[in-house]
Amino acid sequence: MTTTIATENPEISVAEIDKAKVKLDVQGLDFYYGKSHSLKAVSIPFANKAVTALIGPSGCGKSTLLRTLNRMYALYPGQRATGKILLDGEDILRPGVDLSMLRARIGMVFQKPTPFPMSIFDNVAFGVKLYESLSKSEMAERVEESLRRAALWDEVKDKLNAPGLGLSGGQQQRLCVARGIAVKPEILLLDEPTSALDPISSAKLEETVIQLKADYTIVIVTHNLGQAARVSDYTGFMYLGELVEFGETATMFTRPATRRASDYITGRFG
Amino acid sequence: MTIAQTDEAQASRRTTPKGAGFDRAFEYLCFSAATMLLAALGGVMVSLIVGGWPAFAKFGVSFFTSSTWDPVEGVFGVAGPIVGTVVTSVLALAIAVPIAFGVAFFLVEFCPAPLRRPIGTAVELLAGVPSIVYGMWGLFVFAPVFAKYVQLPAMTAAPPGSVWEKLTQGIPNGTGIMAASIILAVMVLPFIAATLRDLLNTVPAQVRESAYGLGATTGEVVMKVTLPYVRRGAIGAVMLGLGRALGETMAVTFIIGNSHGFPKSLFDSGSTIASTIANEFAEASPGLHTASLVAAGLVLFIITFAVLTLARLMLGRPRSI
Repeated sequence: MTTTIATENPEISVAEIDKAKVKLDVQGLDFYYGKSHSLKAVSIPFANKAVTALIGPSGCGKSTLLRTLNRMYALYPGQRATGKILLDGEDILRPGVDLSMLRARIGMVFQKPTPFPMSIFDNVAFGVKLYESLSKSEMAERVEESLRRAALWDEVKDKLNAPGLGLSGGQQQRLCVARGIAVKPEILLLDEPTSALDPISSAKLEETVIQLKADYTIVIVTHNLGQAARVSDYTGFMYLGELVEFGETATMFTRPATRRASDYITGRFG
Repeated sequence: MTIAQTDEAQASRRTTPKGAGFDRAFEYLCFSAATMLLAALGGVMVSLIVGGWPAFAKFGVSFFTSSTWDPVEGVFGVAGPIVGTVVTSVLALAIAVPIAFGVAFFLVEFCPAPLRRPIGTAVELLAGVPSIVYGMWGLFVFAPVFAKYVQLPAMTAAPPGSVWEKLTQGIPNGTGIMAASIILAVMVLPFIAATLRDLLNTVPAQVRESAYGLGATTGEVVMKVTLPYVRRGAIGAVMLGLGRALGETMAVTFIIGNSHGFPKSLFDSGSTIASTIANEFAEASPGLHTASLVAAGLVLFIITFAVLTLARLMLGRPRSI
């Protein structure tokens, strides 16, 4: 059920979604890089087994928001977040959360492909080995399944022992997706996953994302509005560290509630 | 005026660029600078071969295999200094490399931000301390402490007839192979640590984050991702450290004890090629003695050159699995 706050051209419009469907719920999140205040009171729900796209001009805070969801920012001193991020009702921002366990539940794929300096097989098995002790055949099965789901299996099945860095850019990126889903996370964060890829590889990756949403909660940051429209169920539009509009993608792209979202989508700025 | 006409007018005004003459002169200057360096290297090589020839001619293979170094009788063999050089350098690396890795990993992965710069700068400064300072410190400060707290206890604790006893026999005066190795280790450690730190910093943040993103702990990220990522470079850094240790002269001359022949134990005094040359060149009589020292220099040159070439090859090769 979606209800939109019905005022004429509101400044901010955040649609509500059924609480039971929410996997990850961000509430009143503020984020600071040192002194600069880069997320301002952001509240956004991420629905279970659906794709949520985050769009907005460069520097609007969408990647920052993504990096708070698995607390990647905690690697760097001087970056801090306040507010609440509830994963299945548990606040992941409170102190004492086991970050390794958290990140094993929330996979992430970056802008540029980041294969590790090891074979294709070992790249996919890397995360699995950290948390599970599988037999050789179980591991082979898991690796194949992950590569299949990332739509890479057919291209690499004959060279699983070749170095991951030897693949093309698009293949490397799908390898990173396979590596991410091999650990069976609950949530997948994609940070502009196709920005370094050619159109054909991008299309393949988009297909992969659409197939994956049957099992995962996916958050994708993208600069490509067409991509957001194609793959996502919900869209959040961010501007200058604020969440300006959030709602179902179909609504957002046809009848945006706020002037700023409408201007951005129609290409008037950004 | 049509476009074709414009092009023609343009073409007629064109001459050779004004900078062309300067470019050519600059090219020749650079070329001669590079050739000069090569010529100097070749000259060193040739003069070492020519200067050392009498020794090679007289002693043949036994110059490399004999450990007799007797200026009075005029018999020279550099096997002792060769062994001393290699053993001290390898021992020094065995001590320095694990510590250097620890320092580098600490600086890159664990060090709190406010401490990173001071510690990093300190490491770089240590790498720049002149070797004679290390030598003096080694002889006057380190040797007495080493003799009292390491050599004596180790020798008295050794069971008679054991390998342990064999390795620790000698005079507990604080100098010798082991002491020299430790001083060498202290000297090459900051150098290796600084190079490793720079290497680890070249690992893209997103690669490290990807590993963390899969739920890896810092230790797992370091051992399984960042270290393999810089593996080639790390080997190169260690080899450069080895090159430095092989050629180090002053500090070793101070503390190795300077006796020719094979060192019999870790605490025995010995010599390296560099320390032998430094000790004897001033007093060497012209003729066979001088020629033997020059020939020893050539041997060191070749060993060091080989190690450095290997290191360059490893550092320079593009990264692959």
